[in-house]
Order: sequence, then structure tokens, then C-alpha cells
Amino acid sequence: MSGHGTSLRGYILTRLALAIPTVLILLTLVFLLMRVAPGDPITSALGGRVPAEELERRKEAAGLDKPLPEQYVEYLGDAFTLDLGTTINDDREVTSIIVENGSATLELTIAAFIVALAVGIPIGLLAGRYRDTSIDVGGRMFGIVVYAAPVFFTAFLAQLLFSNVLGWLPSSGRASPVVEFELNKVTHFYLLDTLFSGSWSDFWDVVKHLILPAVTLGLLVSGVLIRLVRVNLLQTMRGDYVEAARARGISERRVVVNHAFRNALVPVITVAGLQLAILLGGAVLTEQSFNWPGIGAELVRYLNERDYIAVQGIITIFALAVVVVSVLIDLINAFVDPRVRY
Amino acid sequence: MRLPQWLRPFREARGLPRWILISGIAIVAFFVILAVFAPLLAPYGFDQISTDGVRFPKQASPDSTHLMGTTVQSTDVLSRVIWGSRTAIEVVVLAVVFSLVIGVPLGLISGYVGGKLDRTLVLITDALFAFPYLLLAIVIAFLLSDTALGQGVVTAAVAITVVYIPQYFRVVRNHVISVREESYVEAARALGAPRWTIIRRYVFYNVIQNVPALATLNAADAILTLAALGFLGYGIQPTDAAEWGYDLQRAIDDAGAGIWWTGLFPGLAIVLLVTGFTLVGEGLNDVINPLIRTQRIERPELPELDLAPAGGGGAIAEMAGESEPHGEVRRE
Amino acid sequence: MGRSAVSEPILTVRDLRVWYGTEGDPVRAVDGVTFEIKAGETLGLVGESGCGKSSLGRGMLGLLPEHTAVDGEVRYRDRNLVGIPQKEMREMRGPELGLIFQEPMTRLDPLVTIEHHFLETLRAHEPGLDEDEMRRRSLESLAGMGIPPTRFKQYPHEFSGGMRQRIMIALALVLEPKLVVADEPTTALDVIVEAQILGILADLRRNFDTALLLITHNLGIVAEACDRLAVMYAGRIVEEGEARQVFSEPAHPYTRELLRSIISLRTEGLHYIPGAPPNLIDPPPGCRFHPRCPNAMRVCAERFPIQTAVGAEQRTECWLHGPADQIPEGGTEPLEREELALAEEA
Repeated sequence: MSGHGTSLRGYILTRLALAIPTVLILLTLVFLLMRVAPGDPITSALGGRVPAEELERRKEAAGLDKPLPEQYVEYLGDAFTLDLGTTINDDREVTSIIVENGSATLELTIAAFIVALAVGIPIGLLAGRYRDTSIDVGGRMFGIVVYAAPVFFTAFLAQLLFSNVLGWLPSSGRASPVVEFELNKVTHFYLLDTLFSGSWSDFWDVVKHLILPAVTLGLLVSGVLIRLVRVNLLQTMRGDYVEAARARGISERRVVVNHAFRNALVPVITVAGLQLAILLGGAVLTEQSFNWPGIGAELVRYLNERDYIAVQGIITIFALAVVVVSVLIDLINAFVDPRVRY
Repeated sequence: MRLPQWLRPFREARGLPRWILISGIAIVAFFVILAVFAPLLAPYGFDQISTDGVRFPKQASPDSTHLMGTTVQSTDVLSRVIWGSRTAIEVVVLAVVFSLVIGVPLGLISGYVGGKLDRTLVLITDALFAFPYLLLAIVIAFLLSDTALGQGVVTAAVAITVVYIPQYFRVVRNHVISVREESYVEAARALGAPRWTIIRRYVFYNVIQNVPALATLNAADAILTLAALGFLGYGIQPTDAAEWGYDLQRAIDDAGAGIWWTGLFPGLAIVLLVTGFTLVGEGLNDVINPLIRTQRIERPELPELDLAPAGGGGAIAEMAGESEPHGEVRRE
Repeated sequence: MGRSAVSEPILTVRDLRVWYGTEGDPVRAVDGVTFEIKAGETLGLVGESGCGKSSLGRGMLGLLPEHTAVDGEVRYRDRNLVGIPQKEMREMRGPELGLIFQEPMTRLDPLVTIEHHFLETLRAHEPGLDEDEMRRRSLESLAGMGIPPTRFKQYPHEFSGGMRQRIMIALALVLEPKLVVADEPTTALDVIVEAQILGILADLRRNFDTALLLITHNLGIVAEACDRLAVMYAGRIVEEGEARQVFSEPAHPYTRELLRSIISLRTEGLHYIPGAPPNLIDPPPGCRFHPRCPNAMRVCAERFPIQTAVGAEQRTECWLHGPADQIPEGGTEPLEREELALAEEA
């Protein structure tokens, strides 16, 4: 039972290989979902507004006149090459939507995730450490209430307080109109782009616009993290190795922080990553509340316009993103926890 | 009066878990009452904009005639909050019942029978899990709105149901699998009990313990999802019924003007009801799961040892003539 | 390391009680236990599962959970360990007192290396020590247990159960404690590994002059490794003496029954002790073994036995050995069969 150093590499390869069936299933589900409604997407979107021959032409261009199985294969192929087509109504390349708006969502999601970790983990650890005290009860109630408040309500309150009453922070958009207009969008991550441009005031402007949405969304997820971290900590504190460490005269503080906390956080990595699903859902709502031009907002817009192709493309990307994150999480896990590699 | 078997953990619960459970139930009950008695409790109709021919003021702040103020459409906020309870409870009940009725039997059968059926179902539900559930609900609501169901209570409920079935399925299935391997089930099988009897008598009752807690969490999520759909415009049509999420959508614009009452009250209603369901769920978990149950166990009082001086030293001597080694043990 | 004066007791336990709080009446796991261990001596503590032996070990080192009450005297080198401040207790765990646990599989933090475990332990007690010196001492300790230095930086899951137990022992010994409590150290291990561990523990006596309290339910181990033996039943020590003596001439009926239950190749019918293990919340009146005792007398059901000496180095708590003047009239009559049966059911 001796260790093999190459196993981390082996694990990575295996994990990547396993991702493929998941992706296939998700894509299939998306495909089926989009074809549940009767009729075809093009007609639903444009029917009545466009002459019949134009409708036929567009249907052909989108490949919707072919038999279902053929469409399926074509869809899979397109997904893998990331050629997701052009939107029905405004003729945008779906991939460009993803690049421009996707980066907005990504920036928001990452910032929110950081907030969630920064709030959720310490509170969860404290609640578990001081179990059944007022700290514990307070922490748990905070977690429950924060999850119970819909993102758009928190957004409402945040805007009321910080934008209206206090006037400290803006409540809409990624940056002030002037800044946005003049910014050289290299990566489409405004935080990075403003840094590259060298203007501190621009950078600060972007940060101010990011704070409210990120905190609003992050708090939502922190509620889940609090409960998770707390339960894990309660379990690890009762662990055998914790008792054994005490028996060797290690100080209580070291025992709790170095052994109990660390072990408690290991499964959190996995679940925290899975919270991405919640984050993505929440992102849609947050973007609506703060006029954040992310991919969620676009999804809503295209849904309203009945633009099935755009909707299908965006959902496909969501599905792929979730799988990618899931693989990343597993890899991080393998790095942190030596048991996983073998 | 002897309590039925499944009620006993509730009786035995003490301290914090009991309070959590009780507060949760109280909150939920409050909203159920609001929902049931809405016509009696609400001062006005949910889309009423005038009374006796006089139109309500627009965006009026709270006062004696409109305790929670009015919206930009001149509707009364308090009435909409109360009518909104009815909508919420209706959707929740439908969604939870649908999910339970489909998800639980599916999990039971899949878990017990195993094999290809099980593997396929697990694969599908795992993939569904990965998907952001709100997105799924939105898409389904959107798709169904084109069909005969239209945009109403049932559509919203179905959208939520579809998203939650995998949860019930997974929890029930996993539990069935672990119970299936227990010795008492094996013994029953060895004795020749028919499959259905085993499922019904042993597996079902065991597994069903997990379901109430999950159902309450389902209810909590259902309310949030319903509100989210309403916020985005895919929920209940404003002409059909009042819905808190829709109200919040309207209220976001108000925040910029400093109008707080149109958003605060519906929002608080959501927070309160969801918290209520969550507390019930947490309370149930703490009460039903004996492993997590922590009673405040007191350190015992050790009775005094009376040490009578005698040869042979110490505790040995005093035990002469006693039936107990340490004098009388005081028992209250 | 020369042998110290053997007659000096390094540990004196007097009237130790460990009671666990429950939702109802407390569990009297250890209900008045008295014994001594001399420097360099090995005392075996034997009993059935649930007789309180583990509570005894943990109670001595102050590792019991919140809801337990500990009372009595545990005198280690002129200090009573019962009730001393946590800080002082912690300072003694390692350099003075060592504890070896039962299940080695879960006793090491899975996220850190063996090296980390050792350095952490050494740093906690000898912070001034230079890190290379710490490593040297750790490797020495491990080598004594047969663990090669090449494995120093590996993770716990890379070792088998037996090796992990050896690592645990090395960890317990690295600070050279004078008294080690081993709580069922080989119960979770297979027979071959068990023999190895026992050999190591026997060496402790010889090479390190460490006193050892070996807690186990396995009499076979005791025969191998111990100088003296104490038999525990229902929270009390019912017999105690020099190991060889107790094995050849057991005084207490329970000890006799235990010895009779040992299976060997010559065993023809399985012998077992009838009845159930005693209820520690509400123990039977009088002698706690009387419901299951083949030699029970009337007095045994009425009065708690007084400890008496049997031979030079042996003591027992049993009315069969007197003192006769404390037994009332008719008390030596055998306990009636029905009474025995009833008592068995109780």
C-alpha cells in the first residue's frame, strides 16, 4: 500500500474522461427540452412577421427541416466546436454573446463566490466551535434568513439603503456610462481591463459598481455554506484523531484550528463548487435587479423574444460551464486531500 | 392516550430543537390562515384600485386607510401581501404533492429493484442536479406557457415539481439501498416474505422518516422559485392573482425614488414564510435523527464516600455490613 | 537507562469513580477502584466489554467528555491528577503520561504527514528544540518500532493498520513518558500483528523502564506481557495480584470462569458464563457478580464483599475468602436455585 507519485496525474486523466458522459447527457437533455414545445422555433419567433418563404429559408439555414436524429447529431457537433449559431431576431453570433456577456456574469459570480466564502466559512466555523451558545444560534439564524431572502429582495434593500438613502454606491450597470464607453475591452473583465488601462479612478468606478451585486449574490450562497461548515466541524471535533492529538498534550487551540477546522473544510470544497448551480441561478436574478449586462439577463431577454436558438445556445454553455467547474472542483479536491488520489 | 409510534420523537424533543420546530410551525400556520381567510382578512381585492368610485392614491406611503401603502398601480400593498399568501400556499401545496407523489415511489422502486432501471434513473437525475435549478424552472415555465396550461398556478407548480423530483428520488433511493442491506430485511427475505410486503412494511416506514424534512425544504425552495419566476415575469399573471415576486419586480424601480413600502412588505413576507418552512425542516431533522439529537446531559453528582477509620485503610473498611459499597445512594 | 527502585509506586489510584451522565440515572462505569503500579512494572487490567476499563484509562488522563463526573485520587508522582487544571494536565501528556488507543486506523490526521504529527508533538512540549534534533528523535522512535525513515514524510492512509499502531506507539513514546496506558492496543489488529505489538510493549518494560497499564479483554495477552494482573467486573476490581499467581490460583469465581472460557486446542465443549453483563446504572445488591456466580452464598446477595488478602501478592473482593467474622448467621448457605434464577433474570 505504498504511494505512487504519478497517481495525481492518473486521477486527473480519469476525471477528465468521466466528464464526457455527463456532458453528453446534459446536452441531450437540453436538446430534448428545446424541442418539447410544438411547432418549430423559427415559426414561433417570427411567424406572422415574416413572409413564408423567408421562414422556410431560415428554417433550412438553422437545420430545422431535417429529421430529429440528424438534428441531434448536428447539435452535438456544433456544441463541441462551440458553433452555436446565430440568433433569430438580432442576428448576433451566439458565441459573441457568450464572450461579452459571459464575462460580465463570470466576474459577478467569482466576486460573489469570494464574498460567500469570506462570510460563510468563518461564521460556520464559529457556530460549530461554540455549539449551542448564542454565537451558534445567531450564526444559524443568519444563515437561514439570508437564504430565505430572495436575491431581488436583498437587492431592493441594498439599493434602498446604499444607493438611495446613503448614496454611497451605484445600483445599476458595470460602470458609469462614460467609463464604459471609453474602456478598451481587451478581456471583457472590467476589473482587469481598467487595471490594464492604468486609470485608478476607472478601476475604482468598476469596483463600486461591483460591490452591491456581488455582496447581494454572495450572501445568498453564504447561508448554505454556514450550515455545511458547521455540521462538518461538529463531526470532525468528535473525530478520533482529534482525541488522540489531545492525548499527546497538544493545545486545544491547535487541535481545533489545525486538525478539526482543516478536516471540516475539505468536503466544503466539493459542495461549495456545487453551489455554482445556485450561483448561476441567482446570477440571472441579480443581473435583472442591478441591470448587470450578463448572460442571465440576455437569457431572459431572448426568452421573451422567443428566440429559441439563442436560448438553446446559452443554456448549452451553462451546462458545459457546470461540468467544467465540477471537474475543476474534483481536481482541487485531489490536490488538497491526499486520500483522493489513490 | 398512547401516542402513535412516529409521533414519539416529537414528544421527547427538548430544548432548542423543540423551539425551532414550534416557531417554524407557528409561522407557517400564520400564513396558512392568511391564505385560507384572505377574503375576510384583506381590506381590498388584490387588483382593486378604487373604492366607491374613488381611485386609490398612487404610491402613497402607509397611513390609516392603506396600512402598508399603495403601489404605482394604485393597488393596496397590504391586500396584495395577504392575497399573495394564498397564491404561495396554493403553489407550494401543489408542487410538493406532485413531487412527492412522483419522486418518492420512483425512488422506492428504483432503489429496491436496482439494475438497469436504477442506473439509468440515477444517471439522468445526477445530470439534472448539476443544472442550475432556477434556469430549469424558468425554461420549463416558459415552454409550458405556450401550451394549454398557460401561465398560472399549475404551470408554476409543475416547473417547481420537475426540478425537485430528482431530490426526492435521490434521498429516498439512497436510503432504500442502505436499508435494503440491513439484516432485518435480509431476514424477512430469507423467510420468504413477498417483495411488496418487504417494501411496504420495512423499507417504506424507515425511509419515510426522511421525507417530511425534505418536503419542508422543498416548500421553502418552491416559494423562492415561485417568487423568482414572478420577478422575471414567468410566473402568475398579475390579472389572475397576487404574487409577491411580481410585486418586487415593480418595486425595484421604486427603490431609486426612495419608495420603500412597495418592496419591503412583500419581501418580508417571502423571508418570513421561507424561514418558517426552513425552521420546520431543521427542527424535524434535529428531532427525528437521533444521532444529531443532543440533549443537555448533566454531569452527575457523586454521593459522598464516608471513610470510616479502620485497619486495612481507606475505602475497604467502610463497606463492612453495607449492601452498597459507598453508603446510600441518594435517589430523588 | 537503569532500572529504578522497583518498590516505588509511580501511580497510586484510590477510590476512583467515573460516572457518566445520561438522560436518566448515571452509569457507574468505574465505581471505586484502587490499585498501584510500580515504576517499570506492567499491570494488566482485564474485563468483559462494558465493564468500565476504557473509562478507567481515559478517566486517569482526563480525556472524558463533558457530562462525566470523576472522583477520587489518581496520584502520579505526588500529584493528584483528578481535578488538576487542564493546562497542567496537558503539559504532562506526552513527557510523563502516554496513551495508546484502540483503533489505529482513525487516530492520525489524514491530511498531514507522519513527520508533521511528530514535529507537532515535540513542538508542543519542547519548543526550544532545534528542528533537526526533533527529526532525529522522531526517526529514532520510529526505528524502534520498525518503521524505516524513508516513510517519514508519507501520509497515514499509506500505512496498514498494524503499522499505524506502531506509529501511534512511537508517537506516544517519543517524549519518553514514565507511564503509558494502552487501551486495547491490539483488539483491532490481526493475530500476527498483535504478536508484534505485544513484543514491542514487552520491550518497553525491558529497555525503557516505562510503567505500563495494559487494558484488554484478552487474557492471553496478559499472560504474555504483564507482571501483575487486575480483574475488573461491574466497575470494581474483583481480584488483583501477581500475574502468574492469579493464573495458577485464581481466587475470585469470575476470574476462574474467565480462565475456563479460554479456548485452546484441547477445549472440548465451549464454556461460557451464564447470565448477562451487569447493569451499570442499577447494579445488583451485594456482590455484583452474585447473579452469575456458581458458588454464590446467601451473604453474597445481601452484603458487599470486603477486600481480603489471599496469599502474599493477591487480593480479592469475595465472601468465599472471608473475612468470616463479618458474615452473619446462615450467610454461608448457598444461594437458592430459584433465587439464583430470579437474580439472573433481574
